[in-house]
Amino acid sequence: MHNIEQIVHGIEEENSRSIARAISIVEDGDSGADQLLDSLDTKKIEKSMLVGITGAPGAGKSTLTNRLVEHCRDLGKRVGVVAIDPSSPISGGAIHGDRIRMMQHAMDREVVVRSMATRGRLGGLCASAGAAVRVMAAGGCDPVFIETVGVGQSEMDIIQSSDITALVSAPGLGDDIQALKAGLLEVADIMVVNKADCPGADLLCMELEEVAQEKGRRVFRTVAAKNEGIEALFSYMRELFSTHRESGESARRRKQARQREIVDWSMEMLRPYVNELCESREDDLGTDPKIRALEITQRLLQDDDSRG
Amino acid sequence: MSQKKYRILIGKPGLDGHDRGAKCIARALRDAGYEVIYTGIRRTPEEIAAAAVQEDVDAVGLSSLSGAHLVLFPEVVENLRKQEADDIPVIGGGIIPEEDMPNLKEQGISRVFTPGTSMQEIINTFTEICEKGAHA
Repeated sequence: MHNIEQIVHGIEEENSRSIARAISIVEDGDSGADQLLDSLDTKKIEKSMLVGITGAPGAGKSTLTNRLVEHCRDLGKRVGVVAIDPSSPISGGAIHGDRIRMMQHAMDREVVVRSMATRGRLGGLCASAGAAVRVMAAGGCDPVFIETVGVGQSEMDIIQSSDITALVSAPGLGDDIQALKAGLLEVADIMVVNKADCPGADLLCMELEEVAQEKGRRVFRTVAAKNEGIEALFSYMRELFSTHRESGESARRRKQARQREIVDWSMEMLRPYVNELCESREDDLGTDPKIRALEITQRLLQDDDSRG
Repeated sequence: MSQKKYRILIGKPGLDGHDRGAKCIARALRDAGYEVIYTGIRRTPEEIAAAAVQEDVDAVGLSSLSGAHLVLFPEVVENLRKQEADDIPVIGGGIIPEEDMPNLKEQGISRVFTPGTSMQEIINTFTEICEKGAHA
């Protein structure tokens, strides 16, 4: 149905439609997705910086991302943005509003924005988002920003798969520091206090500094709405990325991200077989779900043995 | 292993700040299982078309209550055509007089909804149009 060669050629030519189509094909798992991913320019992917931006709802992630994009454009860079929003667990639908803050770049061909829903996938989101990022990088985007509310394991995985991770917080959001301490603080390379002109910002900075110093991390103050602090933040991102590349940290992270993605894809590929087995035999309600799962996985492994 | 979900862009072209209708439709479509991208108010037809291309949507829904639909809706279609994306169907809705309908249809607007249209009918139309596109 899709002409993959033409699309791959379009990506190389930095054509908007081809990049957009390619991301859909990969996200929907359409035929040709593998051929497409296999034909991407790995050299471009290798050098493109992937920045993960996460933080509590209302911290100003999309406003900040928009400013970073603006700054990158001033520097003459071609930029990609993947904005992730949750799908409704009930209907499976989603509303993406990040575009509203990105619309100033709508007419700029050098800014590629894509909204992506979590689609209720346990691990597969990480895989799809990773593939979307690679399509953008192969289409000449460097850097690529990936923006998500950092809750839930799969979103956490995405963030951990980035080259550089920025955790955005803002004063007045309540007990966020306490909540964030659980995980995100540990993986963030950079902590950003946005809305730094609002009451409570100094206190928040102090608290974050405490955590940051222990781990040798830095805290940045920004007022994204007024475009303040953006330049310093981005120049530190670049500096950190180049340090990480020299020290081998970057290669280590990418390898880890790759392994995580492979596991994700594998799980996604197994899912239909598990579903089928789960529904095919009459399920004895007396059996504990975990024991039933064990039976199913053993059966799958056996099937594989008999085929191999 | 296709996990196709239909994606729809809801846009508000022109100087019209009344977006309760657009948001209402966006929510209804989400609840019907669609992935909806909302552009926010006061966008130009060029911006809406460019966003529709980047998001690779299956259909575009435009809302206008200001009376400028005869100019703005066809301009979105025209801008999609310029980007070789006129296979993306465009649907319009808002305060639109009956006598404007033939004109809009002629200029490439697939369907037009007015305040009397039920939500179910709107959802059904989007479903029908998206499915038609997918099999084309």
